[in-house]
Amino acid sequence: MNPAGAAAYLFPVIQFKNVFKSYPNGALALKDVSFRVSKSEFVFLTGHSGAGKSTIIKLLLAEQRPTAGEVRVSGFSVSTLRRHEIPKLRRRLGVVFQDFRLLEDRTAAENVAFALEVTGARADTIPARVMRVLTQVGLSAKARAYPRELSGGEQQRVAIARALVNDPAILLADEPTGNLDERATRGVFQLLRDINTGGTVVVMATHDLDLVRQTSYRTIELRDGELVYDSAEDDARAAGLS
Amino acid sequence: MRLLFREALLSFRRAPLLSGLSVTTIAFSLFTVGLFVLVAVNLREALRGLEERVEIVAFVLRGTPPETITVASADIAAFPEVQDVQYVTEDQALERARRDLVEFRDAYRDLQVNPLPASLEIRLKEGYRNAEAVGRVAERLRGFSFIEDIRYGRDWVQRLDRLRNVTGVVGFVIGLAFAAIAVVIIGVTIRLTILQRAREIAIMRLVGATNGFIRGPFLLEGAFKGLLGGFLSIALCYAGFRLFRDSNVGSLSGLVFFQPEQVTLLVLFGVLLGLGGSLVSVGRHLKDV
Repeated sequence: MNPAGAAAYLFPVIQFKNVFKSYPNGALALKDVSFRVSKSEFVFLTGHSGAGKSTIIKLLLAEQRPTAGEVRVSGFSVSTLRRHEIPKLRRRLGVVFQDFRLLEDRTAAENVAFALEVTGARADTIPARVMRVLTQVGLSAKARAYPRELSGGEQQRVAIARALVNDPAILLADEPTGNLDERATRGVFQLLRDINTGGTVVVMATHDLDLVRQTSYRTIELRDGELVYDSAEDDARAAGLS
Repeated sequence: MRLLFREALLSFRRAPLLSGLSVTTIAFSLFTVGLFVLVAVNLREALRGLEERVEIVAFVLRGTPPETITVASADIAAFPEVQDVQYVTEDQALERARRDLVEFRDAYRDLQVNPLPASLEIRLKEGYRNAEAVGRVAERLRGFSFIEDIRYGRDWVQRLDRLRNVTGVVGFVIGLAFAAIAVVIIGVTIRLTILQRAREIAIMRLVGATNGFIRGPFLLEGAFKGLLGGFLSIALCYAGFRLFRDSNVGSLSGLVFFQPEQVTLLVLFGVLLGLGGSLVSVGRHLKDV
């Protein structure tokens, strides 16, 4: 095991340990899923729809709790987290969705500022921080545009800026390119890679295998709620064999 | 704090129809409550006027020495139920009859002997102006040997009693019913607002807003709607009051509107209803957004 791997083992940013998740109707969404994500990693979650990718994202956000097993995120244990601690966890995460989830009646800048306002950030620091992240995603010129005036790719960039504005340790992206054309997909993906280069952990759920194959990022594949492939384990085994 | 107000006001701007609707429903609920209170206030006022006229008249036997009567009135005035006792002499009785009974003026003027007896007019304290107390006092008065006859409107006093009880109960029940209806309506409109903003609430949650932060604007919004509804209901009540009074000039000229403290109370009640409705609705609904 290389030094980075050892660090990941000791100080994982995300840890799933024998996680089961079943829904009230009896369906098992996750079966005995275990994996660790270390600092500054970029991880793809792949698999067909219904394989359990979104369930993992929801568990990471503490939107749902595991039925059994342990989920640890950025020092919080999702299984035992108290209700009032959930906002604290979420402020350390940034989230991006396929459908952008922007507020239609606010401008790009207001949508980003909103994420700061709800955390009680000082009002006089907000405009500068908003402009900084909008510049980072390449949208400083469209700060005053409303979502309907922006293309899909631009809306997703606003959503990414909103996710970044609180300086999260982890960026979760659930099918972020699912609604985008090829050009916009490339742009958004490059942006996520740049963010990861800056040190932020990125967990991206996608079924776009072309994207996955373009890069050598770690890939975790799910099928019917089971973890069937983890490239990190493959690498470790390969390293052990050689 | 400024943020809180901005978010609360935003919901008015964003959904003017729904907001207007909830303000109007609050206003009409309070208007109904207000109208009823207004009727009750005026009825109470009218009853007070009637009550003031509850009085016992004890006619004095002709020839009783004035000193005896003076001593006795002091005794009567000391009864716990009695507010004051007025001694009306025979001459005063005649004087009053001449003044009040215009039709018989000529007849009274020609009289050689005054046919009217002297009397004691006894008024009771507030709270004793009911059939039971009146009967008790009358019974005690019969004990005085110089008192020839006692008059009080027995049926009339009993009817007043009944009226008082009925208005009290009916007022309470109807007021309570309308307040309950108002709370439900406000709860429903706030619920609609929350459903309409479910997406926004979900986003607030995702970016790490606390429940308190999410709840604040809704509570403020509810209170504000209650305030507006309260003012609107006062205006409606006043319009209704004027309309009613002006179409009944003369017979009901003594009608009164709310006192300033009653206006404040009604508006405050509106704020409370708005706050209560949104509190219930937000508490129940935020859990499943």
